[in-house]
Amino acid sequence: MITDTHAAHADDHHHGDDHAHGTFSSYMLGFVLSVVLTAIPFWLVMSGALPSKQITALVIMAFAVVQIVVHMIYFLHMNTKSENGWTMMALIFTVVMVVIALSGSLWVMSHLNSNMMPMHEMTGMK
Amino acid sequence: MTVAVNPSQTGAPVFYVADEHPHPEGFSTSLGFWIYLMSDCLIFAMLFAAFGVLGGNYAAGPAPKDLFELPLVAVNTTMLLLSSITYGFAMLTMQQNKIGQTQLWLAITGLFGLAFIGIELSEFAHMIHEGATPQRSAFLSAFFTLVGTHGLHVSCGLIWLVTLMVQVQKFGLIEANRRRLMCLSMFWHFLDVVWIGVFTFVYLLGVLR
Repeated sequence: MITDTHAAHADDHHHGDDHAHGTFSSYMLGFVLSVVLTAIPFWLVMSGALPSKQITALVIMAFAVVQIVVHMIYFLHMNTKSENGWTMMALIFTVVMVVIALSGSLWVMSHLNSNMMPMHEMTGMK
Repeated sequence: MTVAVNPSQTGAPVFYVADEHPHPEGFSTSLGFWIYLMSDCLIFAMLFAAFGVLGGNYAAGPAPKDLFELPLVAVNTTMLLLSSITYGFAMLTMQQNKIGQTQLWLAITGLFGLAFIGIELSEFAHMIHEGATPQRSAFLSAFFTLVGTHGLHVSCGLIWLVTLMVQVQKFGLIEANRRRLMCLSMFWHFLDVVWIGVFTFVYLLGVLR
C-alpha cells in the first residue's frame, strides 16, 4: 500500500521513501511552463498590451494560479496517492483556510474602509 | 491502522493501535514536513492579507510605481526559478547515486539562491536610501514584512543547503541524507511557489495600481 506510488522505481524496499519522484523530462516540462507563465504576466504589465488595467490584473492573477498548480505538480510532485492521500488532504485544508482568511480580510476591510467616515472630514469637524 | 476494539478479554474497548508494527526511522518525515510547509503557507497567507489590506495606504509617501523596477524583479524571479530547476537536477542525480554531480547541482542552486538574496537586499538598500523605509507608510511596512519574511526563508534555506552539502560530503548519500535533501527540496520549491504570489500580487499588481 505504501510503495504503490513508485512501482516503477527500483528501490521499492525503502519503506519511508514513498514520495513520487520526478523525471528529467517532467522537471524540464515544469520549468518551461513556469518560464512561459512568468514571462507573459511581466510582458503584459511592462508593455501595457491590454487596454484595461482591470483585465490585465485578472489575467496575471489567472497566470499566477496556473503557475502555482504547475509548480505543485512538476516540482513538488503533488498527487492524490502519496502518503495515502494525506498530503493532498493537508493541502486542501490549507487552501480552504487561506481562501477564507484572504478573501474575508480583504472583504471586511474594504467594507470598513467604504463605510467609515473619511479622515479629512473627521479632522474638519473639530 | 484503525483503533482496534478487542472484545475478547474483558469486553472493554482498547483505545490504541493494536496491530502496531515497527516503522523505520524517518517513516513519517515527509508527511510531517509537508504539514510544516502548510503551516508556513498560513503565515504567508496572513502576510499577504495584511499587504492586501494595507497595500494602498501610502501616507503621501512613495507608491509602488515610484519604487519598483520590474526588470530587476524579472531577473530576481529568473534566479529563483533557475535555482528550482537546478535543485530538481540535484534530486535526479541523487537518485542515480552520483555524489559529485549532486554536490555540483546543489552548489549551483546555492549560487542562484545567493544571487536572489543579493538582488533583493540591494533593492531594499536602494529603497531605504531613497527614504522608503518600513516606517514610512503602512504599504511599506506590509511590503518589507512580506518580502522580508520570504527572503529570510530563502536565507535559512541557503544555510540548510550548505549544511546538507557538508553532510553529504562527510557521510555520502545515505538514507538519512536523502531524506534531508528531499525535505529541503520541498522547502525550496515551496518558496518558489510563494514567490509566484509575491511577484504577482506585490510587484505586478502594485505597478498596475
